[in-house]
Amino acid sequence: MTKRLRIGYVPLTDAALLHVAKAQHFAAARGVEIELVADSSWANIRDKLVAGHFDAAHMLAPAAIAVSLGIGQIEAPLVAPVALGLNGNAITVSQALFQNLRQQAQGEVADPRVTAKALARIVASRRAAGEAPLTFGHVFPFSSHHYQLRLWLRAGDLDPDEDVRLVVVPPPFMVFTLRKGQLDGFCVGAPWNALAVAADAGTILHHCPDIVRDCPEKVLAFRAEWAWSHGDEVRALAGAVGDASRWAAAPGNRNSLRTLLTSTAWQDVRAPARSKGSLRFRPPSPAPPWRNPGCGSTRTRSMPIPPRRYGSTPRWWRPARPSIRGPRPRPPPPSTL
Amino acid sequence: MSRDLRIAVVDKNPLRAAILEEGLRAAGHKSVVRIDDTAELLDRIRAIDPDVILIDLESPSRDVLEQMFKVSRSVARPVAMFVDRSDAATIDAAIDAGVSAYIVDGLRKERVKPIVDMTISRFNAFAKLKKELETAKSQLDDRKAIDRAKALVMRAKAIPEEQAYALMRHVAMNENKKIADVARSIITAAELLR
Repeated sequence: MTKRLRIGYVPLTDAALLHVAKAQHFAAARGVEIELVADSSWANIRDKLVAGHFDAAHMLAPAAIAVSLGIGQIEAPLVAPVALGLNGNAITVSQALFQNLRQQAQGEVADPRVTAKALARIVASRRAAGEAPLTFGHVFPFSSHHYQLRLWLRAGDLDPDEDVRLVVVPPPFMVFTLRKGQLDGFCVGAPWNALAVAADAGTILHHCPDIVRDCPEKVLAFRAEWAWSHGDEVRALAGAVGDASRWAAAPGNRNSLRTLLTSTAWQDVRAPARSKGSLRFRPPSPAPPWRNPGCGSTRTRSMPIPPRRYGSTPRWWRPARPSIRGPRPRPPPPSTL
Repeated sequence: MSRDLRIAVVDKNPLRAAILEEGLRAAGHKSVVRIDDTAELLDRIRAIDPDVILIDLESPSRDVLEQMFKVSRSVARPVAMFVDRSDAATIDAAIDAGVSAYIVDGLRKERVKPIVDMTISRFNAFAKLKKELETAKSQLDDRKAIDRAKALVMRAKAIPEEQAYALMRHVAMNENKKIADVARSIITAAELLR
């Protein structure tokens, strides 16, 4: 008997595996029918999952942990048996800030430690001149985007709470806000960085794997009690995501994947930008998330989020020591997804 | 006597926001401010310093509010309605209606509940109104299509109006279709054969 599951998602490139699982009938083949419901904010995704309006949701990995720990607006035990992707975020800065960073950089601008120190010099000179602090956008308090920005800032010995302003800006407003000069930079996922470049509003400074290697980005989250009482569905769905990741990894499926994303994940992207066809996506180094074998693994029972393990002061909320690695080898030349 | 509650309404639908505002005013809430869902949202809210924020669930700006409350939790600041889970029915109703509320921490529940309930009922009333409007509009469209098709049939077969209508109704019944759909087929065919 086919079971029908309602899954909430935010229209982003990394919701791809859910769309593939549905469109390529991987879920149906495992006995579950999925209904994908687009939503406009991470707060909605959280509330609707917790209140039972969704059976599962495409969720920021840190948001799922925050809900389980009860350190955000709401506490409810969640489980995330399968990751929907690794990496995919990037830090984009305004053209003005990019030029400034280039002038101040003592070393290779591809190295986040170099740009962070350059940023610290810019912050210091702005403060001396009595100018307003630089403002950076991210997407949600509990998001890898937020932490990646903080890690980068701390690599330059900047205090993210004192030396700059960190604000949440909904991704659809991000490019516009950057262009208006209300933001000096932001950390978002695909396709928004590429759009900022296409609109000539900013330059991609760092892809986030240069700051944190293989960062879990979105997960497929369930309410814990629901997951334990619906083991078959959870297993089927996790399996379907695994099938979808193998399908999406096959080079021959690239065009179909692009078409699928155009009609689903990028629906917020205005039609003119989309139809240009010249949007170039530099694959996040080293490879798109779904190519990573760790993503789409099907360990259904092994990854509930245990509140105890993280202790009472979540270190990842304000990382004490930045652990930034050196620059990667230059990424491959831009390719069209 | 406690002071008036300051209420901010974030809704990109101006008509619905107006309906809600009017309802809140009628219930005696004098300081109601409507805020456009724009990039300057946070600054506007800081300036207004509301006790209650009502926000349309379709607004991506909900995440902006989340951060605001995260940052300034040390002071008395709004928290999501969802923190108090004692009232699951209200939460369910709010999600169904498509609205969420943020309420200053420590505000007594009996002061806020009527506001949230009123918001939910106004949002639902607006959805009903919108649906009725759509139904009326589609009925009007149907009416126009039927009239146009009737004229085409009258001219093509040189028959009077009632007979043309009876013919269309007969076809619709035989093919188990709506008469408006038959009318649209006639119009399409006529344009093709013109």
